[in-house]
Amino acid sequence: MTDARIITGNQAAAVAARLCDVQVIAAYPITPQSQLAEILSQFVESGQLRAEYVRVEGEHSAMTVCIGASTVGARVFTATSANGLLYMHEQLHWAAGSRLPIVMCCVNRGVGAPWSIFNDQQDSLAQRDTGWIQIYCRDNQEILDTVIQAYRIAETVYAPVMVCYDGFVLSHTMMPVVSPAPAAVRKFLPPYRPHTILDAANPLTLNSVLLPNRRPDAEGTLCDGYMEMRWKLQNALDRAPEVIREVNRSFAEAFGRDHGGMLWTHRTEDAEVILSGMGSLAAEATVAADALREEGIRAGVVGIRVYRPFPAKEAVEAFRGAKAIVLFEKSISYGYEGGLCSDLKAAFYGSGILAPIHDHVAGLGGRDVKARELVEAVKSSLARIQAGERDLKTTWLNCATE
Amino acid sequence: MPHNLFKIHEKEYVLPGTRACQGCGLSIAYRFALKALREDTIVTFPACCLCVLHGLYPLTPVLVPSVNSTFAATAASASGIAAGLAALNRTETTVVAFAGDGGTFDMGIQALSGAAERGTDFIYVAYDNEGYMNTGTQRSSATPMGALTTTTPVLTKQQHKKDFLKIMEAHQIPYVATTTPAYPIDLYDKFVRAKRIKGTRFIHIHTPCPPGWQYPTKDTIRIGRLAVDTGLCVLFEVENGKFRFTGRSRTLAEKGNKLPVVHYVEKQGRFKKMSIEQLNQLQAWVDDRWEEYRRRAAESK
Repeated sequence: MTDARIITGNQAAAVAARLCDVQVIAAYPITPQSQLAEILSQFVESGQLRAEYVRVEGEHSAMTVCIGASTVGARVFTATSANGLLYMHEQLHWAAGSRLPIVMCCVNRGVGAPWSIFNDQQDSLAQRDTGWIQIYCRDNQEILDTVIQAYRIAETVYAPVMVCYDGFVLSHTMMPVVSPAPAAVRKFLPPYRPHTILDAANPLTLNSVLLPNRRPDAEGTLCDGYMEMRWKLQNALDRAPEVIREVNRSFAEAFGRDHGGMLWTHRTEDAEVILSGMGSLAAEATVAADALREEGIRAGVVGIRVYRPFPAKEAVEAFRGAKAIVLFEKSISYGYEGGLCSDLKAAFYGSGILAPIHDHVAGLGGRDVKARELVEAVKSSLARIQAGERDLKTTWLNCATE
Repeated sequence: MPHNLFKIHEKEYVLPGTRACQGCGLSIAYRFALKALREDTIVTFPACCLCVLHGLYPLTPVLVPSVNSTFAATAASASGIAAGLAALNRTETTVVAFAGDGGTFDMGIQALSGAAERGTDFIYVAYDNEGYMNTGTQRSSATPMGALTTTTPVLTKQQHKKDFLKIMEAHQIPYVATTTPAYPIDLYDKFVRAKRIKGTRFIHIHTPCPPGWQYPTKDTIRIGRLAVDTGLCVLFEVENGKFRFTGRSRTLAEKGNKLPVVHYVEKQGRFKKMSIEQLNQLQAWVDDRWEEYRRRAAESK
């Protein structure tokens, strides 16, 4: 039995956490995540969800509580935004290094200083190298479905997953969302089995100090050094796309919704110009692409759903036919360009894709990005490319740069 | 041998071969604490001397399950472990957080305050060696006035030690106690008592440190006892708000024969640049606290 309800992105995430039978929740309020922390409190206090809810005194502790609880074998959930995520940064590394299948929603918001409570993706992009899998959602249905998928991915790969969705644009916007039946979710998502059981019968010290080189244990077996453990995390993320695709496939079979695995495409088959981005901005780009087609420009969209591990192979296939590529990003790697732009260029190296790429930074700190602005940006890019321009510096869309 | 030595659990949970320094006060304290806590315990600790004591992967001399965490996070780590165990109906397991003074008085105070305010069911142990000893004897807010550290190398520590016990008492937790490895039975008894209590329990261990305090490694017990005799370390426990002296401190309070702090200070190289004014200030600070504790002990009777 399924029911469709008109709910916000934060509600969708909370419903998903409940459907996943999370056992420990630790959260600290921050706009625009707060509603999610509140709804989960409601679920727990009203008995709709049997979980320990630790109302921590800060985000560093929120992630630490998740680490501790996950270590002893509980399925955990947390969510945050912006500076809260940055405050967790140390523990993000610790969670991934401990190979714990923690799932966290990042309700994307701009990062201070100066303060902004509004949306961009600088917060999660700044966590790129923490060893977390990052998935960006387009709409509220995808948020609900992705949280469910995230647990299965995390508990297969033994790496934490960040489910990212745009603050306010999705978190506070109501959309129809189908909620799967709890029994079907339980069937899709088997109970969490920790990689290490901590008990008195088998006393272990977890995450002790390592020397640079491998060392033998008491029986003489050579054990990993720090570098081997780092390689194993990298190897796990290298192999994660296979899991992510499989989880997406079985989710589509079980629930009838396919969100595209590593990335999704919109009218790219014959597209001359491909627009790309992550999250709601990529969804907005599909409206722009349709509008461009009405004007006779064969446009399509590649939405990058999973940013880490980066879908390099899929991207090469998806972008292959493009004669021009126009990117829209809600973050910037200061001193260079948007992170997605750099990563796509790196993925294309040696692939034969030589199409000019024009990056746009857009919508920082909640500045509205309209589909017609994307249309104009693409037309302007195409004009410059057709005029033979190749040194296309990142454009700050709808921003006074003088 | 006093008869009450026999009540101490025979089993060793800290086997020979720890990486602690020679004469380490923590290794004695940890040995007796784990004997009192026994098998069904999960310990969590930050990067600190205890992390060093636990050894280098893949070997450890410690026979209780334990989890490293980050410096600011010890009490939150314990909160997470306790919440996870509660979710899995494993509440009989004792969750114990061990952190040094740096990880407690300084960096860990937020997580500890949060966990205590929430009434988290765990024992928090601050083993206080009065500085960042693991990183090479830098000053912490627990370093006493007049002590040389590598970050107060010329002028010595100018401020008094932070009264962290007051901070913990202000959280109105069911159990706050102080102890020292110099009196292992006092320490053992307090862990046994703490284990039986539910909620947040806080134990402060005054922990002599030969390299950091600059005294011969054979003198750890002597220095620890002198700290008690001079009132720099006062042995007491506060159970549900009721204060009582324990052990040697009770005797001192009854007999009124507390020694001047100079007897403690003169035995340690870290105080060699202490001025007379600082010595007087330290004595006054000790006397003020001592009188306050005596008053509280009388009120609790």
